[in-house]
Amino acid sequence: MTDHDHDHHDDHGSELSETQLRVRALETILTEKGYVDPAALDAIVETYETRIGPRNGAVVVAKAWTDPAFKQALLGDATKAVAALGHVSKVGDHLVAVENTPERHNMIVCTLCSCYPWEVLGLPPVWYKSAPYRSRAVKDPRGVLADFGVALPKETEVRVWDSTAETRFIVLPMRPAGTEGWSEERLADLVTRDSMIGTGLARKPGELAQ
Amino acid sequence: MIDPAAVPGLPCDGEGPVFREPWEAQAFAMALALHARGLFTWPEWAATLGAEIKRAQAAGDPDTGETYYRHWLNALERLVAEKGVADAKTLARYYNAWDHAADRTPHGAPIELRPDDFE
Repeated sequence: MTDHDHDHHDDHGSELSETQLRVRALETILTEKGYVDPAALDAIVETYETRIGPRNGAVVVAKAWTDPAFKQALLGDATKAVAALGHVSKVGDHLVAVENTPERHNMIVCTLCSCYPWEVLGLPPVWYKSAPYRSRAVKDPRGVLADFGVALPKETEVRVWDSTAETRFIVLPMRPAGTEGWSEERLADLVTRDSMIGTGLARKPGELAQ
Repeated sequence: MIDPAAVPGLPCDGEGPVFREPWEAQAFAMALALHARGLFTWPEWAATLGAEIKRAQAAGDPDTGETYYRHWLNALERLVAEKGVADAKTLARYYNAWDHAADRTPHGAPIELRPDDFE
């Protein structure tokens, strides 16, 4: 973009990396043209850094474990069911919840880029965005699960869901045994981010940190 | 051991915060804001980002997830140009102006753009 030399290190001036310059250039143009408002950008960043994370998804899962009507609503139309809980950040059109059972384990991936159920899980982990995961999840899901320390019974079918910009998925993990009578709040502590991507299982009661 | 699930709403994973540098967060937020304003649809965004990732892979990018927001920024610049908001020449003009502003700003002071940075 420029042949300016960025390797100079004089003591008087400041330096911005090529990437920082590109981001500042873009933001200035978009602000001047009225496409973005810097304060609104800050608000978006703040929301994703502090308020939206896997905990949102864990609350959804715990509710589905304890409330059969909500579970039915979630499996019927996850977009609507999740919105009813007050998670309003809508990215993409359809959120689909897929339920793990003893017969079938679900895993999500986005082979094209990194579509992800942001409104319930926050931002994707680095490995989710990596080429090895994006390609291997489809070709060798059991191998990927093994890398994550998950071994499933041979008879359990593994189903991989490829996300798109229109349809994104969240896995409803199986409720661990020995949690009868637990409150939603306590159950939510068992729900890990990876269990909602399908690269993990919900924690067992004994695995909960004291 | 700190249990990450015990910290409500903290979107961290074992590899640290979700944004490694402030510019990643800015680039992320710009895409959301432009989509909210209707500049592009999510399918358009996904197709452009997917194409940028493929292009980077072909050019030797290891595509391990670390460079994800670079692809993101490429996709943003491309869509902004395709939608007629700012062409490459305009982007370059502002890029050079910010570079000039950085050069004249004493280390540690906030870098701000002035009209004469464009000269």
